[in-house]
Order: sequence, then C-alpha cells, then structure tokens
Amino acid sequence: MLNVQTNELQQGATKLGGALNPHKVAAKDVSVYYGEKRALFDVTVNIPDRGVMAFIGPSGCGKSTFLRCINRMNDTIPICRVTGKITIEDEDIYDPSLDVVQLRARVGMVFQKPNPFPKSIYENVAYGPRIHGLAGSKAELDHIVETSLQRAALWKEVKDRLNDPGTGLSGGQQQRLCIARAVAVSPEVILMDEPCSALDPIATAKVEELIDELKQNFCIIIVTHSMQQAARVSQRTAFFHLGVLVEEGATNDIFTNPNDQRTQDYITGRFG
Amino acid sequence: MTVDTAPMATEALDSPRSKQAMKARIARRYAAERRFRAYGVAAILFGLTFLVALFSTIMVRGYSAFLQSAFTLDVHLDPSAFGSTTPPSETDIRMADYTKLANRALFQALGVDPANKADARAASQLLSQNADVQIRKTVEADPTVIGKSVQLSLLAHGNVDTLMKGHFDRSVPENRRQLSDKQLGWLDKAAEAGLLGKHFNTGLFTYGASSKPESAGVGVALVGSLYMMAIVLLIAVPLGVAAAVYLEEFAPKNLLTDTIEVNINNLAAVPSIVFGLLGLAIFINFMGIPRSAALVGGLVLALMTLPTIIIATRAAVAAVPPSIREAALGVGASKMQSITHHVLPLAVPGILTGTIIGLAKALGETAPLLMIGMVAFVVDFPTTPLDSATALPVQIYMWATAAERGFVERTAGATLILLAFLVCMNVTAVILRRRYERRW
Ligand SMILES: Nc1ncnc2c1ncn2[C@@H]1O[C@H](COP(=O)(O)OP(=O)(O)OP(=O)(O)O)[C@@H](O)[C@H]1O
Ligand SMILES: [Mg+2]
Repeated sequence: MLNVQTNELQQGATKLGGALNPHKVAAKDVSVYYGEKRALFDVTVNIPDRGVMAFIGPSGCGKSTFLRCINRMNDTIPICRVTGKITIEDEDIYDPSLDVVQLRARVGMVFQKPNPFPKSIYENVAYGPRIHGLAGSKAELDHIVETSLQRAALWKEVKDRLNDPGTGLSGGQQQRLCIARAVAVSPEVILMDEPCSALDPIATAKVEELIDELKQNFCIIIVTHSMQQAARVSQRTAFFHLGVLVEEGATNDIFTNPNDQRTQDYITGRFG
Repeated sequence: MTVDTAPMATEALDSPRSKQAMKARIARRYAAERRFRAYGVAAILFGLTFLVALFSTIMVRGYSAFLQSAFTLDVHLDPSAFGSTTPPSETDIRMADYTKLANRALFQALGVDPANKADARAASQLLSQNADVQIRKTVEADPTVIGKSVQLSLLAHGNVDTLMKGHFDRSVPENRRQLSDKQLGWLDKAAEAGLLGKHFNTGLFTYGASSKPESAGVGVALVGSLYMMAIVLLIAVPLGVAAAVYLEEFAPKNLLTDTIEVNINNLAAVPSIVFGLLGLAIFINFMGIPRSAALVGGLVLALMTLPTIIIATRAAVAAVPPSIREAALGVGASKMQSITHHVLPLAVPGILTGTIIGLAKALGETAPLLMIGMVAFVVDFPTTPLDSATALPVQIYMWATAAERGFVERTAGATLILLAFLVCMNVTAVILRRRYERRW
C-alpha cells in the first residue's frame, strides 16, 4: 500500500520537473512586514527535495514567519506584507494567477499545537482528500485514510476506533493525527512549526522517527527550538537571528563548524 | 498592601512576627471570601423571592382561567326551527333561532315556566350569549342531528362563571348584584343536579377576541404570534447569520465596519417602540401593507431581533478557536469551506441560543405591535399573513384593560400561557447549548 502512493508521487514529480529538482523550494530576498514592523530581512535560501531542513534560532527571530510564507498562511493576517520571491518547483507561489488553495494542498502544514478538527479520527484524515476530490469512492478514501495513518505511525493505535473524536486522543497522538491529515493530501512539501513542543520525550521520539520516514517522499521543513532535534532529524539547518538568515548549510557543519560568531554563540547556548 | 509586604522581604520569613502577620492575612482573606459568598447568596435569595412572588400571584389569579362553567343540556333540535323545507337549506341552518332552542333546553332543565316572561328572561340571562353559536356549529358540522336531541355543554354566562369560581358575594343586597335570589336558587339546584359544572376551558385556546369573557380566548392571538415568529425566523435568521459571518470573517477592519459594529450594538439597545415607529413609516405608510397584518408585525419583530442574532452569531463565530481555521486552511480548504465545514458547525449552538432568545424576546414584545395597529379586535383566525391578526402579548394587554372578572382571570391565564412558551423556548436553548457544547 505504501508503495502505491510512493510510485504515484514519483510519477507526479517526474511529470513536473522531469528529473528531480535539487531545489524544491527556493526563496530569494524575502522580507516580511507586519504593518510598519519588519520581521524578516532579505532571506535567501534553497531547500532541497527529499530531505529535512531545520530552522533554528532564538524566539521571535522570524522562523514561523518565514515558514508561513511558504504556504502563504501569512495571507490570513491582514497587516502582513511579503516581498521577494519564493518558488516551488520553479513556480512563483506569490504569482497573482496562482490559486492559494491549490498551493496549500501542495504544501501541507503541521502546527505547533496539535489542532485536530473536533470530528472523528477518520473525518480528520479524510477531510483533505475529500475536498480535493482525491478519492473516487469510499473504498479509495478508506485506503487513503489507512495509508496516511500508517505513515503517521498512528494506525495501530486507532484502527479500532476511527469513529471516535480526534480531540479525544492524547497530545502526541493528536499531533501524529495532524501529520496524517497533512500527509493525506499527498503534498510535496510539509511544513512543521515546532511539532514536538507540546509532546513528551516518547511522543517526540515517535514524531522524529516519523519525520525520518517521511523524508523519503517529501520535502520537510521543520522549525525547532531543540538543537538536538535539529541535529537528529535534519540534513540541512538554517540559523535565523533577529529576522536575518545568518547561516545555512549542512547540519553537521552548522553544529560542528559554524562560520558565524552568532551561530556559534547560539548553538553553544550563549544566548537565545 | 505594599506597605505590608515591603518589610517582609528584609525580615526573616520564620520570625514570629512575620508568621503572625501571615496568619492574620490568611484570616482576612478567608473572611473576605466568606463575606462575598454571603452577599452572593443574599442577592440570589432576593431575586428568587420576587420571582416566586410574581409567579405565585399570576398562578393564583390565572389558574381559574383554565376552567370554565357550562350547562350540560339536552337540546332538542326541533325541525320546525329550521324552516319548512326538508332537508333544511344552508340558509335555514344559518338563520335558525338557536337562542330559542338553547333557552328552551335550559328552561326545561331548570323547571322554569316559559310562559312567565320575567322568569324566562331571568333564566335566559344565565346562558352565555355565545351558546347559540355553539349549537349552530354542532348542526353545521352534522345536519342529520336536526329533529333529534343532543347533549351539549353550553357556556354559562360570565356572572355564573364568577359564582361557580366562588368570587360572587351573596351578601350584597339583591338589587346591587348581578344575579338575583331566584337565579341563584336555580343555579344552586342545577349545580346540585350536575347540570352545571366547571370543565377544562378548551375555548381559551381556540376562541378569538370577544366582548364576553366566557367566549374569549387566545387561539387567534396564538396563530397570529405563530405567523410572526415564522416570519422572524425566515427573515432574521438567514440575514443575521450571513451578516455576522461576513462581518466576522470577511469584512476588512476599517472605519466603516467599526461604525457598522457600533451601530449594530446600539440597535440591540434601541427601545422596541422605535422599531414600531419605523415599521409604521416604512411597511404601512410607504409600502402599503395592510395595518395589523401579521406580515407587518413579523417584519418589525424581525428587524428588532436582527441585532440580537447578529451579536450572538458573531460571538459564537469568534469563539471558534483560530487553530481550527488554520487547520482547515492548512490542508487546502478555501476560506468559505473552512467556514461552512468547520466554523459554522461549531458555532451552531451559540447561534441557536441567540436565535431562540431573540425569538422569545420577540414573542413577548407588545409596544411595537401597538404602534403598527395590531390592537384590532380579531375574531377570526388569520389564514394568510396579510389578514388582520393579533399577538399573544397584545391580547393580554387588551384584556388587562377590561373590567369584568372573567377578563381579569383571562389576563393572568394568558400571561401563564405566554410564560409557558417563553420557559419552553429558554429551556430548549439551554438544552441545545448543553447538547452541542464541545471541547477542543
Ligand atoms: N501576527 C503578527 N502581527 C505582528 N507581528 C507579528 C505577528 N506574528 C509575528 N510577529 C512578529 O514577527 C517577529 C517574528 O515572529 P515569529 O513568530 O516568526 O518568531 P519565531 O521565530 O517563530 O519565534 P518562536 O520561536 O517564539 O516561535 C516577532 O518579532 C513577532 O513579534
Ligand atoms: Mg514560532
């Protein structure tokens, strides 16, 4: 079952770019303003496909702001203004002709606080595929729900109570349900904003395992406050400070041999 | 307070002085809490006392309105009263002298000599002037009864009803009472023989306005109120919910929408009579809808209820956590989908509660209806919303100004009916709120 969806995805990717594009998401000179206040300063970064990119940095440095630019969630904040250019598969996502709803189907998001719909577990996962018409029949929808829950490592725990409310699960289960919900629409990119900040170490380990799994098929961008987590799950890391992207590179290099003094200070715990 | 705590910091925490001070502070805190609880209980008791007093007065005054005195008589439907043709024509049935038939039955039952004009008149005064209508309706419903005797329960006159309910003072000199000694004698005998008794007053729910208390009821007013509530539901709910959702979810936040918001809040506080004036000017004088039609009343009440529904809906929509919206948008739902699939279903209990409370307020509203001329004396049931109609609270208002004992108890009785409706609606609101309350 897993293979089916993988193949579909690969076909989809081949259709879009021929060969796999090394840079799934590319941002160039992205600045964000909340009213008069500037929250991001000319961020330029390339994010590879099939891998995990971690954003780290002290609180309030603009990690979430940047993350929310990638699925244009910032559009929902009236005072927020974005300049610069972000492309996914060489397609400008701020192009006026682009449909933002379609974009959000391609770029899934997992939020800091688990936010399942107050509906059944099944409905939580089935909602996305249903509104996008991804399933032609009930059986297909069941299949999508099952695969998504399996991918989110939740299937075993909930398969006997798919009709129970999603809000009745534990915090960690809820977060995995949210991941299943995001995965269900087969996005190309998954954004995760501190997905483990509300979870205990065991649940965190589960989610991290899951991220490791998912990176085979998706481009994952994760915001985290835990340096260890960034080191564990990501291949590349970007360090933000006061709205500026200070440094970006292979995770190993960033943690062992940073170029910038500020990065050095942050990872050694001198501030932040 | 700061004076209290400032030295604390410098003092050793376990010194006897600071321990004492702490004990005193704790005692004061407990005392303050106890005092506050006592005030709260006192306030609730005070309110409850008034509520109990109010309800018990209305009940004591009104319960008797649900009983009505009637004579149980064998009425002989003499064929000669229905003209010469057999079977009698419709006109004959309509024009027949039913009063005479009713009186004849009564005289026979009471043993009154019809030849004695004074006695006959005195006896005939004991029957309601509506008794003929009752017989006519029976005959109209089934003309084959003509020529037979039927046992009917004919309404007694209002004065008899007063006597039966024990509100009649026999010690007043005969020439100043409504019933003479002779009449009292007949009535006592009839009551003893079981010919005269109190029955459940179905007429209260089926009759319309009448100048005779015994044949007056809230039926017509209930239908009028029902029409108006239906109109309020049809107009105010969709408009109010749409307006609230637009304002809360779509409208840009600027001076214009701020002004609108302030105005809506103000409208909710505008005295209802102002809406009556508005309705008079717009619906009746400008649009030419007939006066005292249920349509006008419904429109006016809808206008009045609109702000309540908008405010309740906005509050309910705003209470849906933003994380739910983000979750929906995050999987690629459009704004409209996130609202219709997630926000509105979660807001439904709040919207329903607001709607029901608005409806309940509209149901009890009198002033604006007086303004648009709904004080008409309506005997017949309105069949369309354009017919003359009246409403339950207006009916109460009209009865409250009448002097007869029968109307006084009907005023209280109708108030009880109105209160029963209001309580039902509010209980429904509470149940709905409980049932659909969700955690997220
Ligand atoms: N909706 C908003 N309106 C105005 N300013 C905002 C808004 N959201 C974020 N900001 C500002 O933008 C800056 C960056 O915020 P952002 O949420 O991106 O930080 P962050 O790096 O995610 O921090 P944290 O690690 O605490 O989540 C902050 O200074 C914040 O005050
Ligand atoms: Mg953040």
